[in-house]
Amino acid sequence: MLDLLRLFWMFFKIGLFTFGGGYAMIPLMQQEIVGGGYVELELFIDFIAISESTPGPFAVNMATFVGMEAYGFLGAAFTTLGVIMPSFVIILLIAAFGAKALESNIVKHAFIGLKPVVVGLVLSVAAMLAFRKMLPLFDFKALVFDATVFDWKGVLIMGIVFGLSRLSKKMTPIKMIFLSALLGIVLYGFF
Amino acid sequence: MKKTKLIDLFFSFLKIGAFTFGGGYAMMPIMQREVVDKKGWASDEDILKILVISESTPGVLAVNSATFIGYKIRGFWGSFFATLGVVIPSFVIISLLSFFILEFKQNEIVAHAFSGIRAGVAMLIFNAVFKLSKKMRKNWFTYLIVAFAFLTMLLTNLSPILLLFIGALAGIVYGAVETRKKEVQHA
Repeated sequence: MLDLLRLFWMFFKIGLFTFGGGYAMIPLMQQEIVGGGYVELELFIDFIAISESTPGPFAVNMATFVGMEAYGFLGAAFTTLGVIMPSFVIILLIAAFGAKALESNIVKHAFIGLKPVVVGLVLSVAAMLAFRKMLPLFDFKALVFDATVFDWKGVLIMGIVFGLSRLSKKMTPIKMIFLSALLGIVLYGFF
Repeated sequence: MKKTKLIDLFFSFLKIGAFTFGGGYAMMPIMQREVVDKKGWASDEDILKILVISESTPGVLAVNSATFIGYKIRGFWGSFFATLGVVIPSFVIISLLSFFILEFKQNEIVAHAFSGIRAGVAMLIFNAVFKLSKKMRKNWFTYLIVAFAFLTMLLTNLSPILLLFIGALAGIVYGAVETRKKEVQHA
């Protein structure tokens, strides 16, 4: 029961401190879930890819995955409940009592500083994942890496996928995932 | 006007949850078609209002929308069933998938695919940075905060929550100073 409450609380925090939706959630999730030892980094990244390519809200998909992995079906129920609870309660209050508080200058000013924090946080996860792909033994916090295990195939895939996604608006997240899967099969399978 | 049945509300949001990929903003056009055009439960203005409110509240956009529209139609139970509806497809699909994923990944080809996917996901998150930064003011102050949050998250174990608080506080101080400056100029 204590484990379930811990899972609930973890995702409650994630729901409560996500500004900007979906991907803005990843830094805190990564710290709580991977840092907390619930799921390994690789599997966490796989969850992100699957959540992005299956229907439904990204946050709920991620919560269900981690809950299932950590504690089965009940775990998934608690994580999902946790991640949607803050939204539900806050919007219920706003729908019932209005959104006057949101129009105050303090709230507006706070967001001037909040938004760049979110950008910095998400950027750090992107950088961490890219470096980890390139040099699988890279550890930022200890500043240790081993240049002999350089994954050039990973770098090539990142270059192709990123380049195409910047060039064409049609390159949706799902297409990016499928393209990188295809490139993975070809490059890691045949070279 | 006849009262909308909770079960109708539930199924409409179930449909919205089942047919949107990526959630959040991708969901809004589908929600608009179902809730505004087809059912007439809400107006375009309501949809806009949800987006504006969601900009300045934390949480999951899909749940925000379901809760808001559900409440408008049938009060508390309306928001309850709308939210339940939008969440259930995800929950069921992912629960089922998670039974197979580990076995599925034992397959060599699938393992290669996922090796590639991990590279793609890193780039997906980079693209999210571009998107998020579009909504950010751009000046020395915000760039300084981006750099601060980036380096702190990368190099230390401090909680992102703490960084969010520091950012909000810095924003409040910055906003107050800016307002004061304007007042002085006008005086």
